[in-house]
Amino acid sequence: MDRRSVLRAACTWAAAAGIGALAVTSALAEDTVKIGVVSHKTGPLAGGEAVTHTPNIEMWVKQVNDRGGLKVDGGQKKIELIDYDDKTNPAEHIKAVQRLATQDKVDFMLSPYGTGFNVAAAPIYAKYGYPLIAVSAITDKIPELASRFPNMFFTLGSTTGFVEGARDTLVGLRDAGVIGNRIAMVNVADAFGIELADVARPMLTEAGFEIVYDKSYPLGTPDLSPIIKGAKAAEPDAFVAWSYPPDTFGLTEQAIIEDLDVNAYYTAVATAFPAFSAKFGSKIEGNLGAGGVNPDTPAMQAYREEHKAVTGKEPDYWASATYYASLQILEQAIEGVGTLDRQAVIDYIKTHTFDTVIGPVSFDENNNSERYWSVGQWRDGVFRAVADTGMGDSVKPVAKDGWN
Amino acid sequence: MSRGEAIGLMLAIIVVAVAAVLPLILDGYWLSVALTAMMYVALATSWTLFSGPTRYLSLATGAFFGIGGYLVGLGMSDYGLSFWLMAAIAPVVATALALLIGLATLRLSGVYFVIFTLGLAEMIRNLVSWIQNNFLGSRGLYVLTDFTDADIYWMLLAVSVAIFALGWWINRSRLGFALRIIGSDEEVAKHVGIDTAWSKVVLFMVTGFFAALIGALVAPRYSYIEPNVVFSPELSFIVVVMALLGGIHRLWGPLVGVIPFTLIWEGITISFPNYTTLFLGFSFLLIVYFLPHGVVGLMQSLVRRVGR
Repeated sequence: MDRRSVLRAACTWAAAAGIGALAVTSALAEDTVKIGVVSHKTGPLAGGEAVTHTPNIEMWVKQVNDRGGLKVDGGQKKIELIDYDDKTNPAEHIKAVQRLATQDKVDFMLSPYGTGFNVAAAPIYAKYGYPLIAVSAITDKIPELASRFPNMFFTLGSTTGFVEGARDTLVGLRDAGVIGNRIAMVNVADAFGIELADVARPMLTEAGFEIVYDKSYPLGTPDLSPIIKGAKAAEPDAFVAWSYPPDTFGLTEQAIIEDLDVNAYYTAVATAFPAFSAKFGSKIEGNLGAGGVNPDTPAMQAYREEHKAVTGKEPDYWASATYYASLQILEQAIEGVGTLDRQAVIDYIKTHTFDTVIGPVSFDENNNSERYWSVGQWRDGVFRAVADTGMGDSVKPVAKDGWN
Repeated sequence: MSRGEAIGLMLAIIVVAVAAVLPLILDGYWLSVALTAMMYVALATSWTLFSGPTRYLSLATGAFFGIGGYLVGLGMSDYGLSFWLMAAIAPVVATALALLIGLATLRLSGVYFVIFTLGLAEMIRNLVSWIQNNFLGSRGLYVLTDFTDADIYWMLLAVSVAIFALGWWINRSRLGFALRIIGSDEEVAKHVGIDTAWSKVVLFMVTGFFAALIGALVAPRYSYIEPNVVFSPELSFIVVVMALLGGIHRLWGPLVGVIPFTLIWEGITISFPNYTTLFLGFSFLLIVYFLPHGVVGLMQSLVRRVGR
């Protein structure tokens, strides 16, 4: 080996070591409450995270710090936020949560985006005694998860609850004479899409509906026109899609092109996003979808205005408000306890009712909040809840009248 | 046993012993880094078993790894089967699949194989989703066990030891000799009467078996399996980069590559979260240009130089 190749190799390693050295970061500030979050800044779930979680965290931290900080230990402490990217990769996520717990020694952690990530992170939150107020986690395993992880709380409902909401909406429309019995149902062939379709199939049949078209498509299918054409050919009265964000947009675009003539049109995830309404404008008037809020309460109105003012973005009409509510719950529990004792905060969350943007929230014996909106409908640019569990403030759904 | 081999064996025992006590010393975060490193040691070494001697660049790791995790999730969640049963079934399924893929593609020359394996993870993800969607149904794939990080780490350590033992044995066998000839010149290998296609297929099945086994053992760590997450093409590339960094001409080469890479990767992830892909490509270039034989190759030529 000659001198030059040794030199080259040395350069390579020096470069690598230099990059490694830069990695050593230290942020030690006294008298702050350290709050950690692991988010998906890149990867498949980055889009959803950027709409539903990140702006809320930014706004909440600013609000708390602007009023002087959290009231703990007889004084006030500002929040110091520590934020890592996991590239939407569960292994990276787990490592980053471990890092927050044992290296940064954060006082509290916020919940991640996505059912899988909440469940993957739950054992670590449990091990180090952090409360985990899960929002973007919809599952039918709530009792089992809560008994395994007594520090884990659920706020956005169960899979069955969601399908029940859709069923009740369709039954309501049928009773009102808007639609008949014929339903075209499609789903994305991926975890949550399969799960929803699996729950919906027997439930809709039991409610007296006839599923005249039942089709799935792989995640990431670029051309969804065969799906909509097939559904149209089956001459349904209602169209239901258990869809993910990209296909919620794709299916709706095709439905407009094909002029899918149904009086009830439902798409799942992302129907509640501001981008959905921004893209299709008045064409989606009367569209049904997962989520919905009651936009008329003063708390919700104030929240939406403030969100826009602080972050420059509109919140979505579903989990945004619930995620903000989860931050309010954490804030109220910490101040209620008055210290940074995490076990005391967990006990406080279990036993108290919290005043939040989505109304009062409390948790049952399964750490579950049985108050959530499940179906929304676009009306004049606002996605209003038309079905809920425990909320009781939904409006009646109306017929979808064409794609104009 | 020669003196060199005896020293090698002693060293190996010491390394394994040190690795085995790590979970007792390390705390949560460093243990999870060690677990990740151990996973990559196992994956990169089993990758090297096939790609080292044959020089067929396989990007199929993500596909087999995904099969392991996915089957464990499916069996435990939807059918109430035990983790151990599924962890035993998954590698067998992956081996059978590797046989089919190997028979279909390894008769062709290198580049077709690389391109095929690149798309394999995506193809299998769609295939299993399609089967699950149309025939099985699902209520979400949960892998809820009582394993701690330390348990998973020890299981992976055991698998790594098994891979090393097998690799050592293959290197000394007729099969290993045949593979080295294939790697040097496949035409020559054919002319001296080696059944080149079959030798390659057998080794490809071995790497498929281990990648799926590792995927199955790691699944409890994720707790919830999503097909688009376990079938990750990035994993295939990281394994290749790590193995190349260490050097693929020695069985223990990847081991030398994985540990520094894991630590640097960790540093990058923390400090420059938005540039990880750039870094991956950059390290690919650096390794290929400056360390074509990996760290091990560099060490060997240094040793030779000093010896002269």
